[in-house]
Amino acid sequence: MQVLYFGWVRARIGISKEELSPPPEVTTVASLIDWLKGRGDGYATAFEDSTSLRVAVNQEIAQLDAEITDGDEVAVFPPMTGG
Amino acid sequence: MIRVQTEDFDIGAEIGKMTAGNSEIGGLASFVGLVRDYAGDEKISSMTLEHYPGMTEKQLSRLEAEARERWDLQDVLIIHRYGTLNPGDRIVLVVTASAHREASLESCQFLIDWLKTKAPFWKLEDRESGAQWVESRSEDSVAADKWVRVTDA
Repeated sequence: MQVLYFGWVRARIGISKEELSPPPEVTTVASLIDWLKGRGDGYATAFEDSTSLRVAVNQEIAQLDAEITDGDEVAVFPPMTGG
Repeated sequence: MIRVQTEDFDIGAEIGKMTAGNSEIGGLASFVGLVRDYAGDEKISSMTLEHYPGMTEKQLSRLEAEARERWDLQDVLIIHRYGTLNPGDRIVLVVTASAHREASLESCQFLIDWLKTKAPFWKLEDRESGAQWVESRSEDSVAADKWVRVTDA
């Protein structure tokens, strides 16, 4: 699974993307985020407040309860500020 | 048409290309977003825009399609820059063209309102006190929401 980070999520974690093989209990974006929190302080800080996180699955806006599988591209980022 | 690029754009040249050979266009509306040199009472020396390559193009194309579905438009152009920009630099251009003014004026505002909250860009300001991520503004969500149609809910 390809996981991408943008904005201050990326800055706090320190990397912009990574290839991950989460355990089978990770079936939604929310459970992926919970699992990632255990990977280090940067992740815990970045994912501290889930209400300030937005996500996309395969480059489509999604909700935290969206289901994900192995080949998906999942992105986690702050609210978008285009324009 | 949509374009995501680091380079600057020439508004006159873009409008010229759009209108050349299309005399059905009776009017066009444009919006140009620029980098300000302040945030609150702090000076900004530069702004760096990060985006989500792939998703950005998809989202901008979707916004163009939505505008074309809602209004009778002759043409649509969205150019959004990324990378490091200085105060006064152009960030974004939206041009809409139609036979009559209402469609171009309304759709131009619609596009810029939706770009604010639906285009995957993030802005890092280089301020006097240090680097600071630009936060989304609740006014922008309100502006975007006013274009949501009851049938979409």
